[in-house]
Amino acid sequence: MKNNILIIGGGPAGLEASSILVKMGYNVILVEKEKELGGHLAKWDTLFPDGLKAEDLLKSLIKKTEGVKCFTDTQVQSVNILDKSYNVILSNGITVLADALLLATGFDLFKAEKKEEYGYGIYEGVITNADLEQFFKGKFSIKKPKAVGFVHCVGSRDEKACNPACSKVCCATAVKQACHIKETFEEADVFCFYMDLRMFGRHYEDLYLKAQKMGIRFIRGRVSEVAETSEGRLLVKAEDTLSSKPIKVTLDTLVLMAGMRPSESGYMVGHQLNLSVEEDGFFSTKDTMLSLQKSNLEGLFFAGAATGPKTLPDTLHEARSAAMEIDNYLTKK
Amino acid sequence: MVEFGFKLSPSSRINLDLRDKASFSKLVEIEPDALKCMACGSCTASCSAGIFEETSLRSALLGLQNGDKEKALKLLSHCMFCGKCTMVCPRGINTRHLILSINKIYQVR
Ligand SMILES: Cc1cc2nc3c(=O)[nH]c(=O)nc-3n(C[C@H](O)[C@H](O)[C@H](O)COP(=O)(O)OP(=O)(O)OC[C@H]3O[C@@H](n4cnc5c(N)ncnc54)[C@H](O)[C@@H]3O)c2cc1C
Ligand code: SF4
Ligand code: SF4
Ligand code: SF4
Repeated sequence: MKNNILIIGGGPAGLEASSILVKMGYNVILVEKEKELGGHLAKWDTLFPDGLKAEDLLKSLIKKTEGVKCFTDTQVQSVNILDKSYNVILSNGITVLADALLLATGFDLFKAEKKEEYGYGIYEGVITNADLEQFFKGKFSIKKPKAVGFVHCVGSRDEKACNPACSKVCCATAVKQACHIKETFEEADVFCFYMDLRMFGRHYEDLYLKAQKMGIRFIRGRVSEVAETSEGRLLVKAEDTLSSKPIKVTLDTLVLMAGMRPSESGYMVGHQLNLSVEEDGFFSTKDTMLSLQKSNLEGLFFAGAATGPKTLPDTLHEARSAAMEIDNYLTKK
Repeated sequence: MVEFGFKLSPSSRINLDLRDKASFSKLVEIEPDALKCMACGSCTASCSAGIFEETSLRSALLGLQNGDKEKALKLLSHCMFCGKCTMVCPRGINTRHLILSINKIYQVR
């Protein structure tokens, strides 16, 4: 008899794991709470580091899931641990007896309005990284700007925002978006306010160099406050720590690089299973080196941003590893 | 007798709205590598003139972009064009030539 595997979360991690497991011959059920599959990937326009279209990546991920039973617009209502399986009741009335469970519940974007001093939701020109992706997709409008700023580390590396950790993807996202803005509005001045520039991946440094050559100005210092000028523009203050001097500049658009926080609905599922989370709020893995896809529960696995900020390649790797771990587990069982 | 009064001191804040964008653009036209500096400080660290007089290409490039031309040019005024900084720049900038171009664009005699 084919084993049942339930995957919670239809983002990049859930999609990739489900397509691999279905090819291995398992009976795979994928549950996604939103109306559409794709998770955050569905909200992005072009991807760092090479400018791949998010839409194309998503299409190919979905195409591979043939044979997977996908339930969208569906929540997990309750989960019970049985002897060697999980009894899961879904909001569409279906009950699944799963031999293995994969949590691919991803992340939530930090709520930028919590950093009140940046004025998100107060000043029209202040938007988030996610809003800007929507703009590039043609689903959000901004006025043609003369000057644009990017604020790194919004809701990350910030104990006041209850998140001392780095969100890993937002430096590369900022540089990607800054280039995209410069390509869209050639005349605009573009500034990135950063504390450290974490361009760690393959091709990322090239992206940084590209941005520099396009004339994007990198200012080392955290934006401390934003105010509105009498003309309705934005007055932005920071310290240029390389000059050891306070700096101010008037901008039209300020993009806040909101970080990655644990998914609230993922947490709700974990809570029912008594899964532990680390101080950063993301799920704890069985260890931190050898068993990153395993939880402390037999038969329960993780993939993707559910266990902390990750890039798409990281996420997809984890999904493949999780599929392998699940296969190992079910074969031995 | 004690005198009271207020003294107006100039702001030490950098105001990017007032920076000289045109001159820096002109510099970039003839010396596109001026944009590639990543502020590592290698040029300043190995500068032969810097041991005697404050000299820093890193800081000068920053000054030019922040609208502090005077300070920037002062930081290069003791350069002897020895080219040591060119050898250490990790971004492969021809720093010696860049300094010559800065002097040309900003009309240093
Ligand atoms: C602004 C921004 C730009 C980015 N750009 C890039 C880029 O250019 N390149 C790159 O490599 N990476 C980028 N990333 C990172 C990328 O978005 C993540 O790596 C990726 O989305 C993680 O995938 P995931 O499947 O783990 O999580 P998610 O994408 O968050 O997907 C999780 C899914 O699970 C669903 N879910 C959660 N809980 C439940 C539940 N209880 N029941 C049912 N469904 C549930 C959610 O609705 C969601 O669809 C970016 C991130 C940000 C914030
Ligand atoms: S990736 Fe960059 S912007 Fe994001 S939290 Fe880390 S240092 Fe800050
Ligand atoms: S060329 Fe000028 S700035 Fe460079 S090391 Fe020599 S003296 Fe210093
Ligand atoms: S050595 Fe090159 S990259 Fe480093 S600060 Fe000097 S000019 Fe900039």
